[in-house]
Amino acid sequence: MQTLRYLIQKEFIQIFRNKALLPMMTALPIIQLIVLSNAASNDVKDVRLVMVDNDQSEISRALTQKIDANDRFTLVEVSFSHDTAFELMQRNKADIILEVPANFERDYHRKEAPKVQMLVNAINGQQATVGSGYLSNIIASLNKEIQPQLSQTIGSQMAAVEVSSNNWYNPELKYPHFMAPGILAELAALLTIVLSAMNVVREREIGTIEQINVTPIQKWEFILGKLVPFLCIGLVLVTVGLLASKLIFDIPVRGSLFLVFGYAIINLVCVLGLGLLISNFADTQQQAIFVAFFFVLIFILMCGLFTPIESMPKWAQYATIPNPLAHFISVTRKVLLKGSSFWDIRWEFIYTIILAVLFNVAAVWSYKKQQ
Amino acid sequence: MAAVLVENIDKSYGNVTALKSIGFQMDDGEIFGLIGPDGAGKSTLFRILTTLLLPDGGRASVAGHDVIQEYKHIRKKVGYMPGRFSLYQDLSVEENLSFFATIFGTSIQENYDLVKDIYQQIEPFKKRLAGKLSGGMKQKLALCCALIHKPEVLFLDEPTTGVDAVSRKEFWEMLQSLKKKNIAILVSTPYMDEASLCDRIALMQNGEILKIDSPGQMVIDFQKPLYAIKTEHTYTALSYLRSASFTRSALPFGEFIHLTTNKPYEALQIKDDLERVGIPIQEVKRTAPSIEDIFLDLSQTNEPIDA
Repeated sequence: MQTLRYLIQKEFIQIFRNKALLPMMTALPIIQLIVLSNAASNDVKDVRLVMVDNDQSEISRALTQKIDANDRFTLVEVSFSHDTAFELMQRNKADIILEVPANFERDYHRKEAPKVQMLVNAINGQQATVGSGYLSNIIASLNKEIQPQLSQTIGSQMAAVEVSSNNWYNPELKYPHFMAPGILAELAALLTIVLSAMNVVREREIGTIEQINVTPIQKWEFILGKLVPFLCIGLVLVTVGLLASKLIFDIPVRGSLFLVFGYAIINLVCVLGLGLLISNFADTQQQAIFVAFFFVLIFILMCGLFTPIESMPKWAQYATIPNPLAHFISVTRKVLLKGSSFWDIRWEFIYTIILAVLFNVAAVWSYKKQQ
Repeated sequence: MAAVLVENIDKSYGNVTALKSIGFQMDDGEIFGLIGPDGAGKSTLFRILTTLLLPDGGRASVAGHDVIQEYKHIRKKVGYMPGRFSLYQDLSVEENLSFFATIFGTSIQENYDLVKDIYQQIEPFKKRLAGKLSGGMKQKLALCCALIHKPEVLFLDEPTTGVDAVSRKEFWEMLQSLKKKNIAILVSTPYMDEASLCDRIALMQNGEILKIDSPGQMVIDFQKPLYAIKTEHTYTALSYLRSASFTRSALPFGEFIHLTTNKPYEALQIKDDLERVGIPIQEVKRTAPSIEDIFLDLSQTNEPIDA
């Protein structure tokens, strides 16, 4: 125990003595948190639209007006020619072409269910799906407005199903509320995994590990002596990050903070174990950083931060189970935004504990004092 | 009981053989030197004896414990100073020392007697970071750290490489005083002049031990006549000597040429012989062999040098 205490103390002395490392561990992640939470938005705010009105009727003009009035759309041009509109899309001046065919209004009154054509530039998939969704809504609401007028004149009454929707947990759909907890989880994991992987390899590069290996230090003492200091740094980062998110973005804290921190400890132990495992197989810091990045990139891209896990293919959804980052993000979002209780996030706990045990046992086992 | 016992140790890295059935015994309170050039296998042997590396074959024990089965006991009883400075450069002198004391379950105070003489020399700089120390002071600190847990056997892998002449001398004086405290010291060095400071030495080359004996005895045993020749025309003199029939070996040796012959000659006879072929000679004298002469002589019997 005395040995372990001293190992940890030594690690802290070294960390605090490293003038470059300390700001890197604290200030940089907070800057990233602020920048990314604001910038990484899936919100589609400005869809540029070209209207091709071949009908020039009351209905088509009402549609044009309705689109123009919506602030999500910018009406780039109202044209009569399909080619002009297409040209605009080709030159990347427009995202959507809405084409109203000739005789649209006539067919409409004859109840022939005329079709409008929507051409969407799908290079930006997000813009395309969200934009076309908005547009469909506008067309549907226009449809609803003119239906009663029609039915009055014709005299038949149609029953319509009304759908009213409301955004729970994030009523104003504020993106930072959704992103900040996730990015915080991501940064904490990324920092600790890289720091722990680099640290042990550095000892190997400098040769200090040689000196340590001839001492009676136990393997678990050595690993734990590395794990505890970085766990503390990770927790400081989570605390500062949460505080910054609260002060800057005013993110809601609906669930228990104890739950968040309790889970954060397990998660950090888990990723630190992976970092230490990597370090045991790397001879140089360069090797360690490349392997660490291999994992970090996969973890980040498949953790549900940028693409919802539910919309991934089935195999990829299963692949998120051994991804500690995915669980971390899920927990922070659920607990902070939804106010979930321990029972709601029990699976995240279970998976992470299993991973933490696996990684750390492997790290102790693969750390060889003897060659 | 032998402090270190090595029997038929083999080790190879892939195709490269680092050690070929090495065997020697080292007693308590003895300074045993491994003398040989870089690549002789000295560090590999150190790593095996300090339980960092497993041998391919053979047996070795340190302080009465087998290096393979009882490696955990060995780690408590030995001090190791690797060839490369491997203390924490970002910790101070004092922090390094108390770190190594603590991980061996002891404290600086407890074994202060043992390191006192050495530590006092670096104590004025105890707040300085180890990385900012001079080469000689680094070695002293490393020796303190290797000693702080009162080891029975001390392993010093090239402790004086890259250290200035004064510090080297001081370092060897420290080893002599440690010897009096009954610590067995296995030390390696590429400097032949340090060999005479050991109780016994093993001359190593290409993973093999050429000879083991005390340096004094080695000098006595060296029967071949040895001459030191001083000339300003070293190259021509060497070429001539190497082709001469009486020559056994002729090697440049500082400002001299060291010549061994098949049978004894008069120094003047050699001088005349050289001057007759037009090589001006300043001096020829019969000289006592150094360890380097003995080493070169032994290594040549294995590998005949090309003329």
